[in-house]
Amino acid sequence: MLRGSTLVRHGLVFLGLTVVLLLLTSFVFDAYTNYNVTEVAILAISAAGLTVLTGINGQVSLGHGALMMIGAYTTSVLLTWHPDLPLILMLVASIATTGIAGAIVGIAGARLRGPYLAGATLALAVALPQVPSHFASIFGGNQGLSVPTPTPPPFLGANFTQEEWLAWIALAAGVITFFVLANLVRGATGRRFRMVRDNEVAARLAGVDVARTQILAYVISAACAGLAGSLFAYWVTRTSPSGFTLNLSLSLLTAIVIGGLGSLVGAVVGSFILVYLPVWTGGFASSLNLSSNVANNVPLAIYGIVLIVAILVFPRGIAGGFASILRGATRVLGPSRRSPALPTAPETPSQ
Amino acid sequence: MRPEISRSRTWAVAAVGGAAALLTAACGSSSSNANTASAPGVTSTTVTIGSTQPLTGPAAPGYSEIAPAANAYFKYVNAHGGVFGRKITYTYLDDQYNPTSTTSQTRQLVLQDKVFAMFQALGTPTHLAVVNYLNSEKVPDLFVASGCNCWNNPSQYPQTFGWQPNYTIEGKILGQYIVQNFASKKVGFFLQGPNDEFGTDGFQGVNDALQGKGLNVLSTPAYYTPTAAGAQAVGAAIASLQAQGVQVIVSFSVPLFTAIAEASAAGLNYHPQFVVSNVGSDPPTLSAILTGGALGKKLPAGLIAGTISDTYLPLLTDAANPWVTLFQSIKATYASSLPWDGNVEYGMAEAFTFVQALKAAGQNPTRASIVAAVQNSHWTDGPGLTPYAYSSSDHNGFTGVQMVTVGLTGSLTTLGPVQTTDDTPTGAIAAFTGTASAPPTSGIPSD
Repeated sequence: MLRGSTLVRHGLVFLGLTVVLLLLTSFVFDAYTNYNVTEVAILAISAAGLTVLTGINGQVSLGHGALMMIGAYTTSVLLTWHPDLPLILMLVASIATTGIAGAIVGIAGARLRGPYLAGATLALAVALPQVPSHFASIFGGNQGLSVPTPTPPPFLGANFTQEEWLAWIALAAGVITFFVLANLVRGATGRRFRMVRDNEVAARLAGVDVARTQILAYVISAACAGLAGSLFAYWVTRTSPSGFTLNLSLSLLTAIVIGGLGSLVGAVVGSFILVYLPVWTGGFASSLNLSSNVANNVPLAIYGIVLIVAILVFPRGIAGGFASILRGATRVLGPSRRSPALPTAPETPSQ
Repeated sequence: MRPEISRSRTWAVAAVGGAAALLTAACGSSSSNANTASAPGVTSTTVTIGSTQPLTGPAAPGYSEIAPAANAYFKYVNAHGGVFGRKITYTYLDDQYNPTSTTSQTRQLVLQDKVFAMFQALGTPTHLAVVNYLNSEKVPDLFVASGCNCWNNPSQYPQTFGWQPNYTIEGKILGQYIVQNFASKKVGFFLQGPNDEFGTDGFQGVNDALQGKGLNVLSTPAYYTPTAAGAQAVGAAIASLQAQGVQVIVSFSVPLFTAIAEASAAGLNYHPQFVVSNVGSDPPTLSAILTGGALGKKLPAGLIAGTISDTYLPLLTDAANPWVTLFQSIKATYASSLPWDGNVEYGMAEAFTFVQALKAAGQNPTRASIVAAVQNSHWTDGPGLTPYAYSSSDHNGFTGVQMVTVGLTGSLTTLGPVQTTDDTPTGAIAAFTGTASAPPTSGIPSD
């Protein structure tokens, strides 16, 4: 039974993972670690959605930051109107609105290929952050909307911090997202996604509706971005256009490429690097006693170097590079044994 | 035998306990003159404070000097014995004027670096993103480097204090000058916004003064967004003011955008009278932007000649002023790479106020005692042209400014007396009758 059903096996693994993560946040991590872990979980949810779209279905998106923005503003605008609405409702509403936005982008995207799709999604990432300035009465303009911090339920005790509570919510949302996605990409839907990615003509001959599959991938991916965006709003406590620049979209793409394209574990690894690299390099830069003009830019330079080195040393991403070590885990979590989506990427590091 | 042992052990325990009690009492009695780790971020030898600053990004030109200048003043204080023997450690992080970065860095400062207080955190949109958090965590939020009147809200933000005159006070005095000198001209606005308190507070103040005076005012302001994309749109905004025949442009803008606006107008052969908020008008900062090629080509510094603005600190160019000589000499020793401009003066003057507050908070300061010290001290001395307004019901800093005009070489000339007012629409504007204070000879606030 256990061996037979992927669903049950995944269920048990993810349940165990949830318990471990929640215990870590409450008994091991300090408040600042919890705060950063929350960010890792949020970015990982969004990056996992992007992994499904780009790594598994082969569609590029440079606009996932904009999709997160739709989720964040859904939550923030609703909370501005009705501050007492429960968090779970906000998450669902954000998933819904962003899913619909994803369907619209997906319908357009199903007609576009390669650089044209990249261009269209890029336009989304550039244009959407301008919208709040033009409809300032609804979206609060450049200054944005304030979002209340979720307070932990009283039964968790007086010492249970807001940071812990938000980490619990984000980690729980993350585990559920990865559970759903891991099952999805291992099942018939995932096979259709990969078929469309690898050869559209063959997929069509096999009876797969290519456009519909691509739109479905976009909707699923956008729903993840919407969930992440909603959590992001609670995490930042203020939703303004500055949080959703093109930089965020590119960072998400960077995360899945560094982590390992097409691997859900890679999305987590990439998000972890995205959050912790600046934390570590910032401390390093200030310990060097450089002039401020240099020190201010050191974290950015180190980030660039890590990016280049990671891609040279691990062409299949860090998760792919450690595939042999992680094989046991990756077999459970997702189809990372497959070669990456980019047909030009070599199987092993060259040289 | 056994009861014997037991009894002697009891005696031993009692003896140790008694000794411990004596020791505690001894420590207790001597604690009035010993430094303790009395609060988060305070040890017996250091006080750590934090800030978020635009060290890079669209607001960096000029403003990136403020925290290093404040730090130079702290180094000076540290080199002269510190405050109650404690050295001040100032940790400022680069948020690039991006509210999302401000929130994560403020968490880092409070949760990881465990700062005692936030000090001179810069920017209206940026600091609004964290003001609720800092107050819910009861972190003193001293002297926000922004003139938003939102910082003066003791009931909602008991930990937060402004410092510079708020933009509404400043706007009212600028507006009065326009009524007195440009009554026949058409007035338009160039503001950071829309929905940015920096722009809206200033707009409100100027409008309060123009109200009912029969001036021809263009009711729709031109706005800019303080981002790289926003910089591209300034030319069009200025052209629209030109097309509507605006002769006086009131600008509440950060320095880079003041420079772009004035350069765009000159490029259109459009020469309105610019009336610019203090934070966006510092001549050395503007000429560095213009002549340094930050706008794509090197432009003459003389572009800003004739600009009208205001100041609440001694004039930069007044070499006889004791505050100016004090800060210049500290800058020469502790931050020689910084230019001498309004940002550096601002940073050092605000650091002086912080040291005043830290001294007043007592030998072993707590977060509550420093907040109480700012509210209750009613200092009469300070670097401002007017005294501080701080009280338990007022978290504004300075409440008055003096009008100034920029000369061809970037020199500043005052126009009329120092004037004070409040931020209500009808509050009267009055000439300040008190005298400005001089700094203590040590350069460090006395007890």
